[in-house]
Amino acid sequence: MAIPVAYNFRNLIVRKTTTLMTALGIALTVAVLLAMMALLGGLRSTLSASGDPLQVIVLRKGSETELVSNFTRQQFQDLKFKAGIARTANGDPMASLEVVSIINLASVDAPEGMNVSVRGLLPIGIEMRRGLRLESGRWFDPGKRELVVGKSIARRYPGARLGQHITFGRGDWEVVGVMDAGQSAQNSEIFGGLDRVSGDLDRTEVLSSALVRAVDAASAPALANSINDDQRLNMNAESEKQYYELQTVAARPIEFIGIFVAVIMAIGSSFAAMNTMYAAVARRAREIGTLRVLGFSQGSILFSFFLESVLLAALGGLLGCLLVFPLNGVTTGIGSTTFSELAFAFKVTPPIMLAGLTFAMVLGAAGGLFPARLAAKKEILTALREV
Amino acid sequence: MRYIPLIIKNCWRNRRRTTLTIISVGVSMCLLGVLMAVYHAMYLSDPTPEQALRLVTRNRISLTVQIPQFYMQRIQQVPGVKEVMPSQWYNGVYKDARDPKNFFARFGVDPEKMFQIYTELRIPEDQKKAFIHDRTGTVIGRDLADKFNFHLGDRITITGDIFPGTLELTVRGIFDSPRKSEVLYFNWAYVREGLPEARKGDVGTFNILCDSPAVVARVAKTIDDEFHNAPVQTRTETEQAFTLSFASMLGNVKMFLFSICGAVMFTVLLVSANTMAMSVRERVREVGVLKTLGFTGGNILFIILGEALAISVAGGAIGFLLSTFLTSGIRKSPAGFFLPPIHPFDPTVAAACILVAGAVGLLSSFVPAWGASRTPIVEALRSTD
Repeated sequence: MAIPVAYNFRNLIVRKTTTLMTALGIALTVAVLLAMMALLGGLRSTLSASGDPLQVIVLRKGSETELVSNFTRQQFQDLKFKAGIARTANGDPMASLEVVSIINLASVDAPEGMNVSVRGLLPIGIEMRRGLRLESGRWFDPGKRELVVGKSIARRYPGARLGQHITFGRGDWEVVGVMDAGQSAQNSEIFGGLDRVSGDLDRTEVLSSALVRAVDAASAPALANSINDDQRLNMNAESEKQYYELQTVAARPIEFIGIFVAVIMAIGSSFAAMNTMYAAVARRAREIGTLRVLGFSQGSILFSFFLESVLLAALGGLLGCLLVFPLNGVTTGIGSTTFSELAFAFKVTPPIMLAGLTFAMVLGAAGGLFPARLAAKKEILTALREV
Repeated sequence: MRYIPLIIKNCWRNRRRTTLTIISVGVSMCLLGVLMAVYHAMYLSDPTPEQALRLVTRNRISLTVQIPQFYMQRIQQVPGVKEVMPSQWYNGVYKDARDPKNFFARFGVDPEKMFQIYTELRIPEDQKKAFIHDRTGTVIGRDLADKFNFHLGDRITITGDIFPGTLELTVRGIFDSPRKSEVLYFNWAYVREGLPEARKGDVGTFNILCDSPAVVARVAKTIDDEFHNAPVQTRTETEQAFTLSFASMLGNVKMFLFSICGAVMFTVLLVSANTMAMSVRERVREVGVLKTLGFTGGNILFIILGEALAISVAGGAIGFLLSTFLTSGIRKSPAGFFLPPIHPFDPTVAAACILVAGAVGLLSSFVPAWGASRTPIVEALRSTD
């Protein structure tokens, strides 16, 4: 017969200081793990929201990112008229030649400067990004030194707010608008006119990449394949969605550090839980004897103490979730494979919290097994005689 | 002093609990030790004597934008500059870029000047000469040679991405470096001659060797002032600061390290406080007996605090020792090339670990110890756990 769970609950409540301290120790471990997971979750969701399945990004063969890619104007002329590219209402191909570079700006977090992506593009490039809309100000005039910044940039870089001037290339650029790209990575970019930006960066002939739109989602892979097979172009095309998904490798170091830290802390706090449970077993020796006299089996004692440890840890897990919850929605930035900062928000989602809770219970189980076995193995008579 | 044997005896009365606590504190302190070692190496350590003499000049806009090669002559004239070398990050693809194992640093440099500037690199004289004489030659770090099993005379092919064409290099030398050396250097002139006219005149950075550490700051300022009104402005910083800017690209590293350290310290505090509270609660009666024997409240306080201190310092020391293995692991990992050199056995970090552990021990045991020292004898003797 099993010992009622209420018995364990009451025991935890009676020793509330010890319970709370052990649970808090576990809570902190869980919180660290959850914070990492929320960070990774936020990064992934930003990157996966960034690509449009209709669109194909074209880079130089061998280039993994836009930053290290090269694209000449001549190649773009050849690409533009390939079959399968969608057209605008007045018959122009939906193809945008773009130049991507990096400038250094002082941010809220790093006054010494962070790297930020600057993208020079044709007006069609803005039209093609369907999720993009203007939050304030107006779009840049391609002929002038004017920029539109993503909303994360406007928030994180005081020098890049509406009306401010940014110096790079051959002079001052005015920020004339702030754009909202929904969830996507474009919130961390600065847009300007293609010819102006490339001219200032001395890259008038050799630009970075091209974005083309397929007629419909089904023909996008076919368009990518036909660009890949074109010997004359010698280019590498992939779906924009896929391109951004590959960028999640940027999160690898953080993932690795996160797991490393969480595992070490987990070892520490499972030993702490073990300590607490051993103390509980020692203090309740007579109680265990009494339970045995009443007829509860060794197995049910073992299970009861094991359960108590898991409950204790679950409490810690819940506390950990509560600790991390305020992080939800907080924006942060990390360096990405594009060599520049990508801003995104922490995402504390139910699956992440569930994972944290499970993690805590595994800790509790690891810490509770040996003390529970000790409790179950106690001789009835000696247990009753202990003080 | 004469209470020390008693304190040690007390620590050992519940061996299992003490061991568990020491391990628990030790493991957490080990993590703290690693984080502190990284932080120390990144933000607080002095540059090595070789590094202290070197500056890096880059384009003010960002590292990815090049600067004109002809700046070299003007930098060379700045008083205090001993040697200037253009250097270019090549990127490129070795075999297949999708496998991160194939990634290592590749730089185009000037073979004649390279070993004059990087004085800490050790290479046999004949290999150095062979590198200078072979335009398509390359010298690689010992770690890179070991990783891919490269030998002198081997061919290495790198496909360009930022730059057109393919590099067909022959290994002419293998050098030893005090740091992780998964790196390849080749003659920049080899790529440069194949570039279109418009791109020939630019280079990534200039690596500068100064005459003495005293002039370094002045040289940096003179160079940036020199190009202040030029179309392309420069940013000159110490090699140490330059290396650090790579780490800062990962994000707000300082804050990241701080918040983890905070969480770890708080956890240790809780673990230790819990143990001490349990251990004091268990021996209230014993405290009563000690008091009857004539121990004062102060003695009791001292004995209990001492016990907590002994346990947590033991944990701190074990934690630090464990952390030295992990830090030397980080130094040997591929990330070590982009990090400042981390000392595996850093006395400052050792002291910090033990101090933090000690402070945590005292802090955590103060409340139970204070309570025990103030319990009246009769009440203590009457207590039944």
